[in-house]
Amino acid sequence: MIKIKKRWEIPEAEVTPELLYRRRREFIKAAGVIGGAVLLNPLATVQASYAVDGYQENSISLDEEITDEEDATSYNNFYEFGTGKEDPKKNSQRFRTDDWTIEVNGHCDKPGTYSLEDLLRPHALEERIYRLRCVEAWSMVIPWIGVPLGSILKTMQPTSAARYVAFKTLHDPVRMPGQQRSVVPWPYREGLTMAEAMHPLTLISVGMYGKTMPNQNGAPIRLVVPWKYGFKSIKSIVSIEFVEEQPKTSWNMILPNEYGFYSNVNPEVDHPRWSQQKERRIGDIFKRDTLMFNGYAEEVAELYSGLDLKVNF
Amino acid sequence: MSLPSVLKSAWAKPVVHLLCLAPLLFLIGSAFADALGANPVEKLTHESGQWTLRLLLVTLALSPLRQWTGTAAWIRFRRMVGLYTYFYCCCHFAIWFIADHSLDLGDMLEDVIKRPYITLGFSAFVLLLPLAITSNQAMIRRLGRNWKALHQLVYAILLLAVLHFLWLVKADYLEPTIYAIIGVVLLLHRVGPMKRFNLKSFTAAR
Repeated sequence: MIKIKKRWEIPEAEVTPELLYRRRREFIKAAGVIGGAVLLNPLATVQASYAVDGYQENSISLDEEITDEEDATSYNNFYEFGTGKEDPKKNSQRFRTDDWTIEVNGHCDKPGTYSLEDLLRPHALEERIYRLRCVEAWSMVIPWIGVPLGSILKTMQPTSAARYVAFKTLHDPVRMPGQQRSVVPWPYREGLTMAEAMHPLTLISVGMYGKTMPNQNGAPIRLVVPWKYGFKSIKSIVSIEFVEEQPKTSWNMILPNEYGFYSNVNPEVDHPRWSQQKERRIGDIFKRDTLMFNGYAEEVAELYSGLDLKVNF
Repeated sequence: MSLPSVLKSAWAKPVVHLLCLAPLLFLIGSAFADALGANPVEKLTHESGQWTLRLLLVTLALSPLRQWTGTAAWIRFRRMVGLYTYFYCCCHFAIWFIADHSLDLGDMLEDVIKRPYITLGFSAFVLLLPLAITSNQAMIRRLGRNWKALHQLVYAILLLAVLHFLWLVKADYLEPTIYAIIGVVLLLHRVGPMKRFNLKSFTAAR
């Protein structure tokens, strides 16, 4: 069902052909400094995502219909821009991500402030089509553009003391008006074990549908962990920290008995208030069965061997 | 024109009908215009549920309004708004039963038993039925004194409906909290000192 071309099976030349390489540089620039449109028209304050190329298409594909782009960019859970599904699109249009930087801290040999270009330059961008399963029992299929998180983390040279990676979203109530209400203890926090972070399916994404990342989907840079509930895939990341202890994660802080640290997609373990056996694929009326680890059991189940998933939900 | 004469005028009831039908017409229009968003089933479920609760609060506000404004004409609309409440509740249930449970009765009842917020919502739906059935003149006459006792159920239904909403929310409690506060005010009016409060005496006292 999933056709993963293992990265080591792709010949080196194919990974970064010269043309792709040059275009990729443009993509990175586009993702980081989307001010291009503004330079042409100083009155334009809306940051729109726009088409780019320079990534390897269909690096991981899926035999399922891709969710309508309009749906994927107008039905979002991104409380930084409001709690309604349509709020993020409405309230994020003026959000600007120029000169975005990420603080890297903790147990690693290369801490510091990284620009997007610093982070992405050494890596080949890939398009990967993944299922996205929300904890609210709806799902999508999205073509992401990004880099395996593991390749990026390796360049930061985590030490052996690093057992978890902690992420934070930008905290700026002026630019992110949803943060003016304390629905969630800001900033939004997420985390992964090192093994999860280094897993080849875990993606750092800077675009989708062949375009730079729309604001409402987590511009300019977000996480995508396809076998976990969507809230684990933290958006608009400004901080990466290598830590020893399991980091605090936002939904777990609010409702610890409902949202665990792992939050792997699991039809056998219900949310305390609703069933997780089925999901509504956006575009469908009726529900379909939810798959173990969102259909990625073959790739990731071994990460959790010996772990009681009912306890470690 | 005075308030009582407005409320008693020939076009008052048609206007209230129209107001009660407006959400339905709007949703049908949106469906045809493909404007229900990415998750139309969820949208229709939420909208029908919210309108059930809003109309339930309006129904319960009519008697306090009579008190506060000193005109009994509001009561003319109580049965009508109450029946629209039941109508939206039926839509809410039907959408959920069809789209979430594919009309599988066993599957649906399992959800009712297992999920407390659904237990509450489903109970409210079931309890509304006898009120709807006994809302006509013939039943009012037939039940006599028992009619009033039976229709006291509406307070339990309000409690169930508000809790149903509060319990299913993920983190943003703002909207159900607003309904809960309005509900509490309307209930307090029926038991507390507010019972005697009316706008005329209030302004006269000034």
